[in-house]
Amino acid sequence: MSNEKIIKVNHVTRVEGHGNIHITIKDGRVEQCQWQVVEAPRFFEAMLRGRRWNEVAHITSRICGICSIGHTLTSLKATEAAMGITISEQTEKVRKILLHAENMQSHILHVGYLVLPDLLGVPSVVPLASTHREQVLVVVRLHRLANEMSDLLGGRTTHPQRPVVGGFAKWPTVEELETLRQRLEESIPDGEALAYLVKDLVGKFPQFSRETEYIALTHPDEYALYDGDIGSTDGGAWPVDQYKEVTNEYLVPQSTAKFSKHKRDSYMVGALARLNLNYDHLSPKAKEVAEAFELRPINYNSFMNNTAQIVEVVHNMEDSIRLIDALLKNGIKDEKPSVTIKAGRATGSAEVPRGILFHEYEYNKDGECVWANCVIPTNQNHSNIQKDLEALVPQITDRRQEEIELTAEMLVRAYDPCISCSTHCIFL
Amino acid sequence: MKKPRVAFFDFASCEGCQLQIVNLEEDLLQVLEAVDVVSFREAMKEHSDDYDIAFVEGSITRRSDEPRLKEIRKNAKVLVSLGSCATLGGINYMKNFQDLDYVRKFVYGEKAFAYETYPTRPLKAVVPVDFEIHGCPINRKEFAMVVKALLLGKKPEIPNYPVCVECKMAGNICVFELGMTCMGPVIRAGCGACCVTEGAVCWGCRGLVDDPNADSHREILAKHGLSVQDILNRFRLYTGFSEVAK
Repeated sequence: MSNEKIIKVNHVTRVEGHGNIHITIKDGRVEQCQWQVVEAPRFFEAMLRGRRWNEVAHITSRICGICSIGHTLTSLKATEAAMGITISEQTEKVRKILLHAENMQSHILHVGYLVLPDLLGVPSVVPLASTHREQVLVVVRLHRLANEMSDLLGGRTTHPQRPVVGGFAKWPTVEELETLRQRLEESIPDGEALAYLVKDLVGKFPQFSRETEYIALTHPDEYALYDGDIGSTDGGAWPVDQYKEVTNEYLVPQSTAKFSKHKRDSYMVGALARLNLNYDHLSPKAKEVAEAFELRPINYNSFMNNTAQIVEVVHNMEDSIRLIDALLKNGIKDEKPSVTIKAGRATGSAEVPRGILFHEYEYNKDGECVWANCVIPTNQNHSNIQKDLEALVPQITDRRQEEIELTAEMLVRAYDPCISCSTHCIFL
Repeated sequence: MKKPRVAFFDFASCEGCQLQIVNLEEDLLQVLEAVDVVSFREAMKEHSDDYDIAFVEGSITRRSDEPRLKEIRKNAKVLVSLGSCATLGGINYMKNFQDLDYVRKFVYGEKAFAYETYPTRPLKAVVPVDFEIHGCPINRKEFAMVVKALLLGKKPEIPNYPVCVECKMAGNICVFELGMTCMGPVIRAGCGACCVTEGAVCWGCRGLVDDPNADSHREILAKHGLSVQDILNRFRLYTGFSEVAK
């Protein structure tokens, strides 16, 4: 009798959006192994056409609830580049802290609420609220801090209102920034506590390794998040307006999202990619945490994206303190954005929680958007998820069906995929 | 007393409204003590079709999504729409004002035929809905208030007066005075005029009040220099469904 294991996870849980894993193993041989994206497409690029320059970021923010700040800032950068609008140092610093806030919020949500249950062998965070109350409260406190930062600087935790083309519609006060600084300082032990909690459980992640290419923004002076050139662990650097050289999207039959490849048949973006490319620029405590996880570049274990996210949380906190200090030194000026509407076409890019993001827009002389294209981090990861599954599953065919299923799910979850983002931002 | 069984579902959306529930932080732990969450794909692996209250985020954009929503309606005693996509079609409704074949080709090129879509609609255009929590995203305090009302067997109170009322109470200078334009005079309050308070304008995400003076508002927008197209765009950012449903 043939021995068959058929795994069909329709709508993987504890991820954003709808994706399926289908695996068939017959007599120890993998016959099918597929990552499918089945999210409903939303056609954002088409909806942007005919919209004004000051509505575009409001609309693209809705691509993703979890990374709405990243989409907003990337969108503003693209519009500003298209119209030749420059921003002040104060704007740049506050935007960088805002990006840190979202990165923290998203990573804590992912590691604390979505991944931790796998490591503790429960189906969700709900039972942990009673069995691991102290640890859950650390996660909740960090998550709340990140949201308070977004509220304070962005005017709302999700779909921010303060960042606008050319700057900010409203600024935080010196007192608010001082309070935030103190809150951050007091919360670093929580960040470290989360790190050491996960460190004790890190053995639960499979020892998996597959050489691939990592793509992220790089910058000579800092751990690139808000600005930089496109970098690759295979070497090479490209200015962001040449993103299509790298992203090369293509359609596959099993998915409503496009897949991407560069020089190899896939590449990875996100926290692990950033850490692999920008390790030297991590803040001091973040480096200590990376060292504790024995996370050094180049790490080829996709499951370590989870731990790279924790390293980044500590970096986000420390670097935010540094930026607040720099802001406080000069005081907060009530700057008003200055915008002159011009025709133009340009690309904006930033590192958002799940990886490098590109928005490209073309405006006519009235500031009306006539063409748009967005390339989303999770789109760029779909191929790498597929290739990882193809490498991982044959190594574990002898395990029990439930164990294979859980390991495959954990792999997908490690990418922190944002699937609803990835299905409507695709180019011509 | 048996705890009510609660389930969360989503269709085409950014899932930002479900995120607001997670953002209740410590208060969420209290909600979890009062209800049994039996399905929440974004946060848990367990799933059950036996539930009393279903919260549904997202708009319906494919015919193939309808059976799943109808099944949820059948299972739930109370169905609550969560956020603009569910209550109005949301941002996703904008595509209805373009040719859908063109929209598909614009995004997916020659493979467009493989990507199923149909005109976006709110949940209430497919199944009867009991309550609506408005906003893009929803306000987490309002969500907590609605949950509390449902647990007490009361009807949640959702305002039916314009955002301007709350904007005045918030002490904001009217954005029209500042040379900008705003949807506040015709849009349902309940948000505390949060966007105006943060330096922006009201975009209209909570939908029109029940009896809006839309014609007069169009005149005011025109008087403030908006072209016919700009005015249409403003109304079609979130409230296109009301225009068509009229």
